[in-house]
Amino acid sequence: MSLPHLADPAGRYRAMRLIRSFEELALEWVRSGLIVGGTHPYIGQEAVAVGVCAALAPDDGLTSTHRGHGHVLAKGADPGRLLAELAGRVDGLNRGRGGSMHAADFSLGILGANGIVGAGAPIAVGAAWAAQRQGRPRVVASFFGDGALNQGVLLEALNLASIWRAPVLFVCENNGYATTLPAGAAVGGSACGRAEAFGIPAETVDGMDVEAVRAAAGRMVERARAGGGPGFLECLTYRFEAHHTMERRFRLAYRTAQEVAAWRARDPLASAAAALPSATVAAIDAEVGQLLLESAEFALASAEPDPLTAGDHLYASGLRPRSGAAL
Amino acid sequence: MTLLSYAKAMNRALADALAADPAVCVFGEDVGAGLAGLTLGLQQRFGAERVVDTPLSEQAFTSAGVGAALSGMRPVIELQIPSLLFLVFEQLANQAHKFSLMTGGQARVPLTVVVPGSGSRSGWAGQHSDQPYGLFAHVGIKTLVPATPTDAYGLLSSAIADDDPVVLFAPAGALGVREDVTAPLGPVPLGVARTHRAGTDVTVVAVGHLVHQALAVAEELAGEASVEVLDPRTLYPLDRAALLASLERTGRLVVVDDSNRFAGFAAEVLAVAAEDGRLLAPPRRVTRPDGAVLPFALGLDRALQPGVDQLREAIRAVLK
Repeated sequence: MSLPHLADPAGRYRAMRLIRSFEELALEWVRSGLIVGGTHPYIGQEAVAVGVCAALAPDDGLTSTHRGHGHVLAKGADPGRLLAELAGRVDGLNRGRGGSMHAADFSLGILGANGIVGAGAPIAVGAAWAAQRQGRPRVVASFFGDGALNQGVLLEALNLASIWRAPVLFVCENNGYATTLPAGAAVGGSACGRAEAFGIPAETVDGMDVEAVRAAAGRMVERARAGGGPGFLECLTYRFEAHHTMERRFRLAYRTAQEVAAWRARDPLASAAAALPSATVAAIDAEVGQLLLESAEFALASAEPDPLTAGDHLYASGLRPRSGAAL
Repeated sequence: MTLLSYAKAMNRALADALAADPAVCVFGEDVGAGLAGLTLGLQQRFGAERVVDTPLSEQAFTSAGVGAALSGMRPVIELQIPSLLFLVFEQLANQAHKFSLMTGGQARVPLTVVVPGSGSRSGWAGQHSDQPYGLFAHVGIKTLVPATPTDAYGLLSSAIADDDPVVLFAPAGALGVREDVTAPLGPVPLGVARTHRAGTDVTVVAVGHLVHQALAVAEELAGEASVEVLDPRTLYPLDRAALLASLERTGRLVVVDDSNRFAGFAAEVLAVAAEDGRLLAPPRRVTRPDGAVLPFALGLDRALQPGVDQLREAIRAVLK
């Protein structure tokens, strides 16, 4: 059974709308100082997270990236709790201990966004391997960007997944840039060529088209679930905003205005909306707007963690380390 | 009389854990053949799906262990040589160790990493002879260095049962130790030191294989001083209470530790003693030099490791 909230085009549009509006709200909160440390906005890449998650079942897992809000929301995390997390509040998904780069909801199979590029891939392989051992029909999707294509551990993970026939869907969100470095200047060979070298079927899709992503991901997820081993999906996409909110201060010029405009003209949210009746779109937009108002209220009403609890949760076994001078 | 070797004790701890809990599994290189001794016979007994021979991808299979641990398994990872820990420091320090905190307590990572042969194995040179336990203790990963077969059995058993990542260093210098085992083997709790020899004049805190060296020196010096030999067993979390209680009795401290001197484990023991204890004389450390890299030639290799003569001198110095 696929995720019920992504079962039809309206549900998928709603999820994309939610991610877009959530990210816009997060940008405001970064500007106003409610979110400290900033975020890596997912705006422009919504069709990838939603298309892939539309191919997943509720028990399926995922590993995410530093640019992870879209994945987390698409899998079904509560936007109020994610917002509370970004604002460092006790009702955040991670009780305010993780923030933007580590958002996780294990009850939904979200095994964490990750601050180290490529680090989620071998974790996904291990989670998928465990599911095989436990007889769970679980597939784990592992999101990463084009920057991760040059991390050795990602290549090791592809190999392990291949020899173990682990039920993993590797999702490369090729947004064209590893921060400021163009993929063309960084990636020898190709994304799919890496996967194919390890015997993993690979496909490139238009990452601005949620239905194309869903269809391709669906084929690979079903194959993996049936014991056919991992798949690799390269989604060609683009981030409309900066790599990180801090980038705005530097006015970096690694992308031309024309290039950004050309990709913005292919806005995945607009094309998903165009496939629906306008009344449906208007109703969804209104509902999501209301949901985010409530999410913001929820997050703002949540308390900041007591500084005396800064050492909580460090050890699952409950070990309390010796205090430093600060506590 | 049953003589139990250190290597056999670890092998038995792992076998007992595999037999008791289907969530326990092993990842490592050459674990099927049992090259390092730790896993000898286990793949034949428990199957290649639980005792998994991995390709030479330490970073990926360590992270896969993290992913499996996040999914309800209790993986044991064998790294054949201590320097591989440098390669997987990201996976252990930055991933496994941080998941519980970063997820606000949602995640636990019951992962055990075993190095069956840390420190010098004589003639293995610069990249196979380190004792990087201090690094793991520093970042807050539970760090174990058993000195005896029964402690190796007990600490490995407890590590596998623990809900946090644990790194266990089996010193190469202790692998040959055999012990006459009279009581049934059982778990040894983490964070609890062991007094191997009671004494009243000086506390010698000894780590790993150096416990045996310290016991020999204590015996040799029995006519001139009453030496207490304290084995922390768990370097992190350190049993500070046991250390301070021993210092209450003796007031004098020597630490013998086969890791590098600067910011090493011995430095922390001295700091605890200085901050929280009362010393009658300045304490002494017997360690490798600052930033040591063991050279190949045997005489050079030995020259950089704590020796019996240095320990004897240090004990006499603090007793002056």
